[in-house]
Amino acid sequence: MLKDITIGQFFPGKSIVHRLDSRIKIILTIVFIFMLFMADSFYGLGVGIIYVLGAFLLSKIPFKMMLKSLKPLVPILIFTGILNIFFITAGDPVFEWRFITVTDMGLRTAAYNMIRIIGLIIGSSLLTYTTSPIALTDAIERLLSPLKKIKVPVHELAMMMTIALRFIPTLIEETDKIMSAQKARGADLETGSLLQRAKALVPILIPLFVSSFRRAEDLALAMECRCYHGGEGRTRLKQLKTAPRDYVALVITAGFVFLTVFADKLA
Amino acid sequence: MAIIRTENLTYVYGDGTPFRKVAVDNVNLSIDEGEFVGVIGHTGSGKSTLIQHLNGLLQPTSGSVYIDGEKLWEDKKRLRDIRFKVGLVFQYPEYQLFEETVYKDIAFGPKNMGLSDDEIDRRIRETARMVGIKEELFDKSPFELSGGQKRRVAIAGVMAMEPKVLILDEPASGLDPKGRDKILGQIREYHKEKKNTVLLVSHSMEDVAKHAGKILVMNNASLYCYDTPVNVFAKASELSAMGLAVPQITRVFKRLDQMGCNIGEEVYTVDFAKNLMLKLLNRNNNMEE
Repeated sequence: MLKDITIGQFFPGKSIVHRLDSRIKIILTIVFIFMLFMADSFYGLGVGIIYVLGAFLLSKIPFKMMLKSLKPLVPILIFTGILNIFFITAGDPVFEWRFITVTDMGLRTAAYNMIRIIGLIIGSSLLTYTTSPIALTDAIERLLSPLKKIKVPVHELAMMMTIALRFIPTLIEETDKIMSAQKARGADLETGSLLQRAKALVPILIPLFVSSFRRAEDLALAMECRCYHGGEGRTRLKQLKTAPRDYVALVITAGFVFLTVFADKLA
Repeated sequence: MAIIRTENLTYVYGDGTPFRKVAVDNVNLSIDEGEFVGVIGHTGSGKSTLIQHLNGLLQPTSGSVYIDGEKLWEDKKRLRDIRFKVGLVFQYPEYQLFEETVYKDIAFGPKNMGLSDDEIDRRIRETARMVGIKEELFDKSPFELSGGQKRRVAIAGVMAMEPKVLILDEPASGLDPKGRDKILGQIREYHKEKKNTVLLVSHSMEDVAKHAGKILVMNNASLYCYDTPVNVFAKASELSAMGLAVPQITRVFKRLDQMGCNIGEEVYTVDFAKNLMLKLLNRNNNMEE
């Protein structure tokens, strides 16, 4: 069950998408999200979907991984769909039964929003699949660095994010281990009432907390031993550099933005 | 009758992903009741994965596991009972402690079995004695104990379920030599007293040679051999080829043999070596007289 978490999962590769500058990738992802929300027709949304699918193909990430990232969101998708279908009353009714009215407008909005969410997930998971967590936080730090002027601790925030991302797999592994150990002692995690199940989590959460604190202390000590003292005067091993391909990606994306906005008129 | 039996047991991690890895490959195994088995293999040889199949924590990708004649995973509801029958102590078991007091933590397993309070109390006292935890520690928080004590409390927590098979994954790792000998000695005492089956996973040949009656060697996810120490250590060169060293004392005597001392016997513990030396010295003395 814990193995299904795909947040922050990185798929190493050498494709053009992998090699793009991580700052550019973040910007493109944000632009893509705007694209999805600017589009107000199926044509516009179609352009957005073609854009993200094209990027996915270029990245050579197995198609299965895309479906895997969508799987946990199925309940949210269904919920959004139902909400839009039944609660939008504007437009021409296509179906009426007692107090339930379904309008063409409701159906359309539901479809739009579901497509938008799907696009959103595919786009952002493409970003994490093709960018290592370290490159990602580096890029965030660089993109946010203007905020340093107004005393936002950008470096510290980025470092916190790096550490958090770094420890997700470790914590998952640790949880798995503790769960196995308590199961071996007869802990029953799968059956019983809600209260019983919540209680059954205590033997897992306490050791997990204890070891997280221990880990945090160890890490802090290890960082201090290597003279870590925050972002001041720190240089990087890997400099982020833009290459011609990054500008090409920007131009192509700009083209797609144009298409999205004018898709209606062009069609 | 064999208490543990596996048939073509295979386990694959991450099947269908780029990270696919065969961790246990077609293992056929039969362990008799009352045996003290040492399980060895270098890191990543599949020993930890193998033992997690024996109490139904992992489901085989293919093949099957029989405990006491009962096939695992036939009925998922029976798995919990199987886990009481096959007690598994994980590596670094002290990280699983969670209760307010030592007493309550040892009681966790027996309580899950649904035993009476008297029975639980008896078991706690008995296992605590066996692992050398004094009764005045019962009301302390397990987090106040020393590393070695914590480890012994955690082991007691599994022993208190009085499993027919006790499996310990590297119970001595990270302890100093004294603590290691103490824990391994206590496990051997437990085996002597209870006559239960014990599986001791280790990568130290010395430890395994000293305590185990049979040795199971895992190599590259498959079972290399399951035999008595004498027969296993006779394959010294094959073992060192897979990165497993035979005990130092065995190597010393092998060398002596090669140098023409004519020992004629496999030596794998220091005690045995001592007796053998005395015997040989006596023989030589007698010959001189």
